[in-house]
Amino acid sequence: MDYDRLLSDRVMKIKPSGIRRFFDLAESMDECIALGVGEPDFKTPWHIREKGIYTLRSGKTRYTANSGIEELRRSISGYLLRRFGIEYDFKEEVLVTVGGSEGIDAAIRAIVNPGDEVLVPEPSFVCYRPLAELAGGVAVTLPTYEKDNFRLTPEVLKNAITEKTKLLILPYPNNPTGAVMRKEDYEKIAEVLRGTDIFVISDEIYIELNYTGEEPVSFASIDGMRERTVLVNGFSKAYAMTGWRMGYICAPAPIIRQALKVHQFGIMCSPTTSQYAAVEALENGDEDVQKMREMYNMRRKYLIDFVARVNIPCFEPLGAFYVFPNISGFGYSSDEFCRIFLEKKKVAVVPGSAFGESGEGFVRISYAYSLEHLEKAMTKLEELIEEGF
Amino acid sequence: MDNKEKILKYLEQNAKYTSKNIADALSLDEKDVKKIIADCEADGTILGYNALINWDKTRRDRVVALIEVSVQPEKGEGFDQIAANICAFSEVESVYLMSGGFDLTVILSAKSMKDVARFVFDKLALIDGVKGTATHFVLNKYKDKGIVFDSSEEDPREMLEI
Repeated sequence: MDYDRLLSDRVMKIKPSGIRRFFDLAESMDECIALGVGEPDFKTPWHIREKGIYTLRSGKTRYTANSGIEELRRSISGYLLRRFGIEYDFKEEVLVTVGGSEGIDAAIRAIVNPGDEVLVPEPSFVCYRPLAELAGGVAVTLPTYEKDNFRLTPEVLKNAITEKTKLLILPYPNNPTGAVMRKEDYEKIAEVLRGTDIFVISDEIYIELNYTGEEPVSFASIDGMRERTVLVNGFSKAYAMTGWRMGYICAPAPIIRQALKVHQFGIMCSPTTSQYAAVEALENGDEDVQKMREMYNMRRKYLIDFVARVNIPCFEPLGAFYVFPNISGFGYSSDEFCRIFLEKKKVAVVPGSAFGESGEGFVRISYAYSLEHLEKAMTKLEELIEEGF
Repeated sequence: MDNKEKILKYLEQNAKYTSKNIADALSLDEKDVKKIIADCEADGTILGYNALINWDKTRRDRVVALIEVSVQPEKGEGFDQIAANICAFSEVESVYLMSGGFDLTVILSAKSMKDVARFVFDKLALIDGVKGTATHFVLNKYKDKGIVFDSSEEDPREMLEI
């Protein structure tokens, strides 16, 4: 069969992610020091795992309601109120999804018509553009810059808005830059959006990993933004629950009603065991999150101090678990830099260009690794620099 | 938990953390952390820094025994003098005063079972006030001082695009 002619044009047009190539190369090497993984190195706290095991033992192995078990939706609603001061009705404004990613997909498909423009700040996680395109939308890049600490500025947003603009993605705290939007930054974005019909998907999966010293702010809590916002969050990052595939979206009922259709026909319901474990995480997991946040912060500061010491410019990332140093001064593209670092020193970091053109000149270093591991890798980086490549 | 307790927790978990590491984790000033640690060392809150070693990975032969000891407390001294006498033996790793069916737990490490037996008969049982002993040998250590003895070192994370 002539697959290229026969298979879906829309899907075939989507480019495979640029991170893959490096991982393939890294995996083929012996004793490679990986700094590439965007996944907590911690295990899911035991009491959460135990809750999952307990529900399995007691036979809770059936489908749940499409939107998730009531207990979990109540917990999510309670958590968002206590943590960010936003109210969502668990009955019709909360949808439990298979990780944040499925929530983003369902929300985009609920909002976007063919030809609608979807504004995607970059550098950012690689899923938004393909998902927008799969929904028939047209992804429009909003570049962010080191000089702005990789925050989205109202000027860039304003210039990108056309009459076709339907949706803005807000991916903060940001993967890969570690950038955080403070309340005043969100206020400026909100000012641009007020009076328009533009929707927002605020991907807040890293919101608990915030090192500003201030309480994190959800975009949905900004005055007048709730009605247009789909809040995306989940359990993978804050509770080290990546493999449980647990996320959720919250939005006004008319949006959730449409997203629920996408979810119920494509997914049916999120994994039952994971939903019960997620309740335990929200009800009894604050201390675990705090502990992991402290460990991440220790590593973050170690890396920031290190790159400063070896004179690599790097803005201070205040969220997630990535640093995004500027390696353009070495005279290589980020792709080349990563390839050389990998081949000469067997250390794998991810080129910033994998996250969009504006990531060129940067590399992403994940600190979801032990301090000892990071120290080993940074010694190698220092060697590389001393050797002049 | 106050800052002092938090700092001690970090050191208990990994004594190799520097004052800077701990200050970073807790968003404190490095100088303050240094001062708190120095004070704790001075007043005996921190008694020392040990490495936690999995001796099974070395070629050194070693058996660990847990000995339950019943004693007759001495007048005026209570259990303290007897405990001090037991502590004086360098092969003794830990001595705890217990509630319940016996009085002291003694943890001992020695080269062989014979050495343990010799310690119990020739040293421990002869101490004034020791009425009886029950010796248990440790067959395997799974977890000690909060650290799981697990030989798997590989990163279990799969490479995926994220």
